[in-house]
Amino acid sequence: MRFCMWAVLLLPLFLGSFGVEGIEHGSVHTERISGSAGDVLEDNPVGRLKVYVYELPSKYNKKILQKDPRCLTHMFAAEIFMHQFLLSSPVRTLNPKEADWFYTPVYSTCDLAPNGLPLPFKSPRMMRSAIQLISTKWPYWNRTEGADHFFLVPHDFGACFHYQEEKAIKRGILPLLQRSTLVQTFGQRNHVCLNEGSITIPPYAPPEKMQSHLIPPDTPRSIFVYFRGLFYDVNNDPEGGYYARGARASIWENFKNNPLFDISTDHPTTYYEDMQRAIFCLCPLGWAPWSPRLVEAVIFGCIPVIIADDIVLPFADAIPWEQIGVFVDEKDVPYLDTILTSIPVEVILRKQRLLANPSMKQAMLFPQPAQSGDAFHQILNGLARKLPHDKRVFLKPGEKVLNWTAGPVGDMKPW
Amino acid sequence: MKQLTALQQQGRRSNSFRNASSPLDATVDGAIKSPATIFWLVLHGLCCLISLVLGFRFSRLVFFLLFSTSSSPSATTIYSALQTTLPSSGVTSTPERNVSAGTGGSRVVVGRHGILIRPWPHPDPEEVMKAHRIIETVQTEQRSLYGVKNPRTVIAITPTYVRTFQTLHLTGVMHSLMNAPYDLIWIVVEAGGATNETASLIAKSGLRTIHIGFNGKMPVLWEDRHKLESRMRLHALRIVREQRLDGIVMFADDSNMHTLELFDEIQNVKWVGAVSVGILAHSGGSEEGELSMVQRDNNETDEKKSEVPVQGPACNSSNHLVGWHTFNTLPYLERSARYIGDRAVVLPRQLEWAGFVLNSRLVWEDKLEKPVWVKEWEDVDRDGEDVESPLSLLKDTSVVEPLGSCGRKVLLWWLRVEARADSKFPARWIIDPPLDITVPAKRTPWPDVPPELPSSAEKVVTIPESTEKRPTKSGSRRKRSSRSKRKHSAKVLDDRLSTRNPGDN
Repeated sequence: MRFCMWAVLLLPLFLGSFGVEGIEHGSVHTERISGSAGDVLEDNPVGRLKVYVYELPSKYNKKILQKDPRCLTHMFAAEIFMHQFLLSSPVRTLNPKEADWFYTPVYSTCDLAPNGLPLPFKSPRMMRSAIQLISTKWPYWNRTEGADHFFLVPHDFGACFHYQEEKAIKRGILPLLQRSTLVQTFGQRNHVCLNEGSITIPPYAPPEKMQSHLIPPDTPRSIFVYFRGLFYDVNNDPEGGYYARGARASIWENFKNNPLFDISTDHPTTYYEDMQRAIFCLCPLGWAPWSPRLVEAVIFGCIPVIIADDIVLPFADAIPWEQIGVFVDEKDVPYLDTILTSIPVEVILRKQRLLANPSMKQAMLFPQPAQSGDAFHQILNGLARKLPHDKRVFLKPGEKVLNWTAGPVGDMKPW
Repeated sequence: MKQLTALQQQGRRSNSFRNASSPLDATVDGAIKSPATIFWLVLHGLCCLISLVLGFRFSRLVFFLLFSTSSSPSATTIYSALQTTLPSSGVTSTPERNVSAGTGGSRVVVGRHGILIRPWPHPDPEEVMKAHRIIETVQTEQRSLYGVKNPRTVIAITPTYVRTFQTLHLTGVMHSLMNAPYDLIWIVVEAGGATNETASLIAKSGLRTIHIGFNGKMPVLWEDRHKLESRMRLHALRIVREQRLDGIVMFADDSNMHTLELFDEIQNVKWVGAVSVGILAHSGGSEEGELSMVQRDNNETDEKKSEVPVQGPACNSSNHLVGWHTFNTLPYLERSARYIGDRAVVLPRQLEWAGFVLNSRLVWEDKLEKPVWVKEWEDVDRDGEDVESPLSLLKDTSVVEPLGSCGRKVLLWWLRVEARADSKFPARWIIDPPLDITVPAKRTPWPDVPPELPSSAEKVVTIPESTEKRPTKSGSRRKRSSRSKRKHSAKVLDDRLSTRNPGDN
């Protein structure tokens, strides 16, 4: 298990340094990244894998969505759109015997509080109930105890199903999901809630809304650093130091007087337009290390400055984030201005060229209907790269690895 | 989600307090007070005091450690709990980077961290300059990628003459030209001959300048001044023709205001282009009322009431040039300014030169390259004729290209603000040597005697030597830099207390 983790993390190194070639893409000069394994971003997964979609009763998916249609627009909407995509995708197979991967459509992040934030309290029970269903109705779960199944868990801390980090760590990943592949937005190295072999995906950001706010590319980029969001979470952590591990508060205290840093807690209507006029966009951690700001920065060509220690970014094995973004340790935040101004100009221009590459932007989006090279296809590419399954995951009949009674007592209640 | 955390914590706290108090309740009800009861009471009181002083978190920690019924807490939670007790007053303290034994070697610890602030959290000028250089390079790159592909040289023609407000206006134009990101040739034509004053001013720009003098002093009457300016511009075009300067000719009058988008837009011109000019013709009085300015040439009187009149090309819906928006002078005829320094509205002409841009090849000598609809230079450049606008250079005015999304964008602003012709100001606006005695004036010393004007019988149109006299009043001294726009009355003040008058006219 641990070996696999190291293998996944060292995979980019084994793939060789990513070569870069400059091409004339239409009238815009962009750069393309080609690894020694080829253009990983532009791989076509069709034909390389087959996915079987379980038919679950609608109480696991449709009924939940009907109760609250806000699930289609918040940042966890990837689970719903993935289901819709797979239903009509050419990789779908109706014959489970020839399937490489099995998908269980459970909308675990769709139980919303009145203010729109998802409540994860019932999600473990929902998952257990779904897994119990598929293990009794179909033989494929018991065959491998879920090793060739994948689930989408886009919540704050993935399959730990809690929004508070301490509690999430205490719970750990749901025991029944330990052998499955988890497709999640959360990614942090050496964290309980990130299994080796998980696929990190970007959070959902509405593509049409972003496309409708594009401004002409010759608008000069005059803002040096841009950020809009909270620095102190006044409701939950008024003194600061807890939220974002103090990094956001540090940004505010150090740079509120700096004219180069356009940072505030405003909610301007020109947020997307302003990002297109900025050179650097800060993407610091919040309560969880990931945020839709990364997606927005990539779409709008603003170099993301990622301030989150040990974060694992989406599709890290396909996208060379060190070449596109700037990584700043949380302890170096007070010296952010020095760090950013000491980046050589050629490096900055190169990063902007890489960001201008349309395949990069496409890989971060979940467009409806799906287009080639988008995030759905990257997920399938990631799943295809994990094939063929190791022979050892196939269990002998009667052999049991998972402990069905592990976990807090509250999870055992039927849903 | 965040609000829920608070609720959870609240619930937790009340739970823990309830846990603590329940054994106490049971025993307090009883009559016998055992030492254990007293001990618990004391402990409870102590914890209450501590929680009052240090806050909620410490008490929570104590109860958590004492009364925790769950399995023994892992190292992570102990460390995190300890960290939560660190008072947040240590804003410059570094967080504890204890490696928690629970999750194999992670250097990221959950819990409260200090907020790192460096000793001098203010911008460093070195960094700011470096950042500005980065921004400049990025913008240059953007321009080369998305902007005009083959930028042409801009040839700016500015007629000027030495007067009180020359420094003010010319500096404005100079800075606009310096900021334009294209190669520039600046032709400055000066009425009354090239002077050192103007030369020293334009030398500060660092641009390539051609400073030529034009024989003839600038007249006092506005009408005459407009005519002289046209002739000065023609003279500059003659220079373009003789030196075969290549580029786009624009007319940057020294008191106009140019936007930087203007320079980007004129790169699109092929032969002759027209841009919309906003006319700021107000004299500052509130008696303006509404201004109905727009009038089309093709017999359609379309009266629009706009706040600021605009001169420029008029297009139909398919973006073809159909006519011209010109300046309607009717509302102003009685009130317009006649001479420079008059406190009334200064009117522009029908179509200002500033609203046109030309490809410099139109005035070159070669016959082959020029299009058929341009007149010969010799026909235009005849002494004695008043060339009102560059349209006189064309035989057919329909070939003019409307720029700035077909005239919808106003790219420059026309304004004329001048001091009185006889106002005094220090040469080059330098007071040297510095003044010995300065005394505050008791009243603003504006002279209320109008300047002497040429008699109306003499028409100063073509004769370079104008017959206007520089009015001199011997014996009385006036303060310098009078302004033409003001509402209050003027008073003459023979200010013998003022310092000497070092400037010349």
